[in-house]
Amino acid sequence: MDSIYIYSLISMGGLAALLAAGLGFAATKFQVEQDPRIDQVEEVLPSANCGACGYAGCASFAEAVVKGDAPVNGCPVGGETVAKNVADILGTEAGKSDQEVAQLLCGGGNKETRQKGKYQGIKTCNAANTVNGGTKLCEYSCMGFGDCEAVCPFDAITMSENGLPIIDPEKCTACGKCVTECPKNIILLAPLSAQNHIRCSSHSPGKEVRKICEVGCIGCGICVRTCPVDAIEMQDNLAVIDYDKCVNCGLCAEKCPTGTIEFNGKLIEHVEINDKCVGCTLCAKACPVDAISGELKEQHEIDQEKCIQCGLCYEACNVDAVDLEYK
Amino acid sequence: MEQFSQVLLLFVSTVLINNFILVRFLGICPFLGVSKQVETAFSMGLATTFVMTLTAASTWLINTFILEAFNLPFLQYVSFIIVIASLVQFVEMFIRKTSPVLYKALGIFLPLITTNCAILGLALLIPLNGYNFISSVVFGFGAGVGFTLAIVLMAGLREGLQFGDVPESLKGVPITLIIAGIMAMAFMGFSGLISM
Repeated sequence: MDSIYIYSLISMGGLAALLAAGLGFAATKFQVEQDPRIDQVEEVLPSANCGACGYAGCASFAEAVVKGDAPVNGCPVGGETVAKNVADILGTEAGKSDQEVAQLLCGGGNKETRQKGKYQGIKTCNAANTVNGGTKLCEYSCMGFGDCEAVCPFDAITMSENGLPIIDPEKCTACGKCVTECPKNIILLAPLSAQNHIRCSSHSPGKEVRKICEVGCIGCGICVRTCPVDAIEMQDNLAVIDYDKCVNCGLCAEKCPTGTIEFNGKLIEHVEINDKCVGCTLCAKACPVDAISGELKEQHEIDQEKCIQCGLCYEACNVDAVDLEYK
Repeated sequence: MEQFSQVLLLFVSTVLINNFILVRFLGICPFLGVSKQVETAFSMGLATTFVMTLTAASTWLINTFILEAFNLPFLQYVSFIIVIASLVQFVEMFIRKTSPVLYKALGIFLPLITTNCAILGLALLIPLNGYNFISSVVFGFGAGVGFTLAIVLMAGLREGLQFGDVPESLKGVPITLIIAGIMAMAFMGFSGLISM
C-alpha cells in the first residue's frame, strides 16, 4: 500500500510544479511596470488586508500612499513604526526639497510676550481660545497649552519651558495634524530645506506689537527691501515669506530689527569668481544688484562694493566657478 | 443531437434552476460586495465566469486522469484548491495587464475569487454529478453565467434603490439581503421548467 503515498506525492508535486511554472511564465509575460516604491511600501505594511485604512487592501493603500492620496500614517494597524518606515521609503526617494516639516510662526514665549492675566480653565489651547483667546496680550500668539504636542502622533513636538512648542525636524513627518489642531493657525508646513523663518503671525500695527512682544514683527518692511529675490511680502503689517522664492541667503534675518526672522543656515561673507569661469553670463543675469560684470566667453568679475552676498550667482553657475566663503 | 439538447438543458438548468447564488447559496460574499454598480458587477461576473469555466475543465481533467486513475479521491480538495488559486492568480495578472481600470474596480474581490465557495463548490459538484468533459465545461460556464445574471440583476436593483425611500434601519446590507431573498424565491419559480 506504499504506492498510494508515492502516487499522491508525485501527482500533487507534479501538479504544483506545473502550475508554478505556468504562473511564473505568466508573471513575466503579464508584468506591469509600476513605481518600485509601491512594492517597498507594501512590504513594510502589516499585510493584514483589513481595510481599516479605507482602501481595499494593503496593496491599494501602498499605491495611494505613493501617489500622495493617502497619508503616510494612514495605516492604523501598523501605527508609528510602519508610518515611519513608509515615510523613510518615500522621504529618501522624494529628495530633500520635497520634504516638509512643521514650523511654528510665533517666537513669543512666556518671557517675550506680556501676559494679560491668568487662565484657570481646562488646560488646552482650544478651550483657552474659546474663553478669551489665551493669556497673552497678543491675540495671534501661541497659547502654550500644547494641543499640538498632544495631537502629534510621532512625538515630534515638545513644549519648552518658555511655553512654546519645539518641533523636532527629524521626527516630524509633515502629517499636518498640528497645523489643523492649532486654534491660532500659527503652525504651517514649510520645506525642510528652508532656513529662513519669520517667527511671527501678528497682523497688529507695529506700535502695538512693540508694546506687548519683544520679538514680534513690527511691519517695518526692512526685510522686504533687503530680500534680493522678492520672497518677502508685507501682508497687513506682517512680513510673510514665500518659501518657493527664498534662496536661504539669510540677509533678512540679519537686518530684522526685532530678531523676528530666524536664520539657521550659514551667512556668506565673501563671493569670488575663480578661473573655471567660461563666461556664460548666467551669474550676471542672476545677480539682483548687477554686481557682476564681464563679456561673453570671458571671465566675469564681482564688484565687491555692490555685492550683497546673497549667493544667487553660486546657485546659477553650472561650472563651479563661484567660490563662497561663509562666516 | 440528443447529446446537444442534453448539454443545452444542462446549461439552462445551471443558469436558472440551480443558480449558484440564488438557489445553492454559494458565492454570497462577492454577490453582496461587488453589486453596487452594474458595470463592475458585470466585470466581476465575467472574471468569475472565466475562472469557473477554466476550473471546471481543469478539475475534470485532474479528477479523471490523476485522482481517479491513481485512486486518490481524497486529494480532491487539496488539488482543486491549488488549481483555483493558480487560476485566480493568472486571471488577476491578465486583468491587471489588459485593463487597469477593471483591476481597480474589482479591487480586493478579484483575489477573493480564490476563496469564493462557488468555485470550489463547482469543482466538487463535477465529480459528484459524474459529468463528462463537455458537460463539465458547460456546467462551469453555466454556473458563471448564472452568477453573472444574479449579480447584475442585483446591481441593477441596488442602483435603482439608491434613489428609493429606504427606512433608515434597512439601509445598506439589510435591504440587500431582503432583495436577495425575494430574488431567490422568484428563481424558485424556474424549478418546474425542466425535470432532470
